[in-house]
Amino acid sequence: MKQSRRNFLKFAGLSAAGLCLAPTAAALASGGGGAGKAHAVVNAKTLHAKRWAMVVDTRKLNTEEAIETLAEVCHHIHNVPTIPGKQEVKWLWEGTYAETFPEQENNFPSEDLEKRRFPLLCNHCENPSCVRVCPTKATFKRADGIVAMDYHRCIGCRYCMAACPYGSRSFNFMDPRPFMDMDKINKKFPTRMRGVVEKCNFCVERLAIGEMPACVEKSSGAITFGDLQDPDSSVRKVLRENFTIRRKPAVGTEPGVYYII
Amino acid sequence: MYNGGKIITGLVIFIGLVSLPFWANMGGSYEQPKIELPKNSTECIAPKEEMRTSHMQLLNDWRDMALREGKRTYISASGKEYTISLQNTCMECHTSKAEFCDKCHTDAGVTPYCWDCHVPPKEAK
Repeated sequence: MKQSRRNFLKFAGLSAAGLCLAPTAAALASGGGGAGKAHAVVNAKTLHAKRWAMVVDTRKLNTEEAIETLAEVCHHIHNVPTIPGKQEVKWLWEGTYAETFPEQENNFPSEDLEKRRFPLLCNHCENPSCVRVCPTKATFKRADGIVAMDYHRCIGCRYCMAACPYGSRSFNFMDPRPFMDMDKINKKFPTRMRGVVEKCNFCVERLAIGEMPACVEKSSGAITFGDLQDPDSSVRKVLRENFTIRRKPAVGTEPGVYYII
Repeated sequence: MYNGGKIITGLVIFIGLVSLPFWANMGGSYEQPKIELPKNSTECIAPKEEMRTSHMQLLNDWRDMALREGKRTYISASGKEYTISLQNTCMECHTSKAEFCDKCHTDAGVTPYCWDCHVPPKEAK
């Protein structure tokens, strides 16, 4: 039989329509019920924010011992080893005014300020330089502003350490486990392996179950944590009522940690 | 061909030596390792066959879901909810790394580095 042009075009048109409909039909046939395919959702109890930020009241929290207790809690729940010397790993530590705000230093500071110690941690910047330089995207910025680490992808190149203007990152020069009491570690959180860079994570694993970061909880009110984008949030209230500064404003990373002086 | 006999004999010996592992293992039968199944749970997050063949893909997906997307609750095909965590969910049921994970991994000759970071449950000695 000879195919006419009219018949050919009809058939081609129908086939094209069929191809367009096929995916929808397949989806309708396989889907249907609620319990179909396995999938993941955000925890029901998760604390949400558009931009997490922290305000430290250094009028209340300024001694070495007080900051040390916070560091102990932080390091315990995240299985941070205690390694003496230059290969130490730290998520939360302390420094003097000159160490904390090197560009904002005065030549004749007040006695009070000279004595004060400041808690230091990852600043979870708005423009994190560590994220920009990471070649494997192991360091990344989450939608809620937290700069997180995916240790599975870290290749230990330490570009992030070079890029971070705050020295907030530590490299695991060796297996950290011999430097921890393996009987007393937090079984709910992994340790790290040799050859990866680590840092404070604003306790994302605690936010996911509806808890505040450990240092905030332990600080008895000296640290405020909340949503920077929400004008009614606790951090915005504290920022409105107090004079605050951030570390190294000149580098333009826009830190998410504010200090009340 | 000069020295044809020597060359061919040499080749035969060479091929024989190279394929020695195959000859040595011929005829034997492979027995699947007997793994210890959880005593406190009867149902896994996915059917046994699926877990057997693709638990590594699942763990890989879980890693990205929890860390990167912030999704830490897994709803299985049967509609049950689980917390996405190797240490806190998988190892809650499979309480022995030596009796469950290691048996197959040793047999298959793979050494995943999960345990460099994730802490396996304490083994009773």
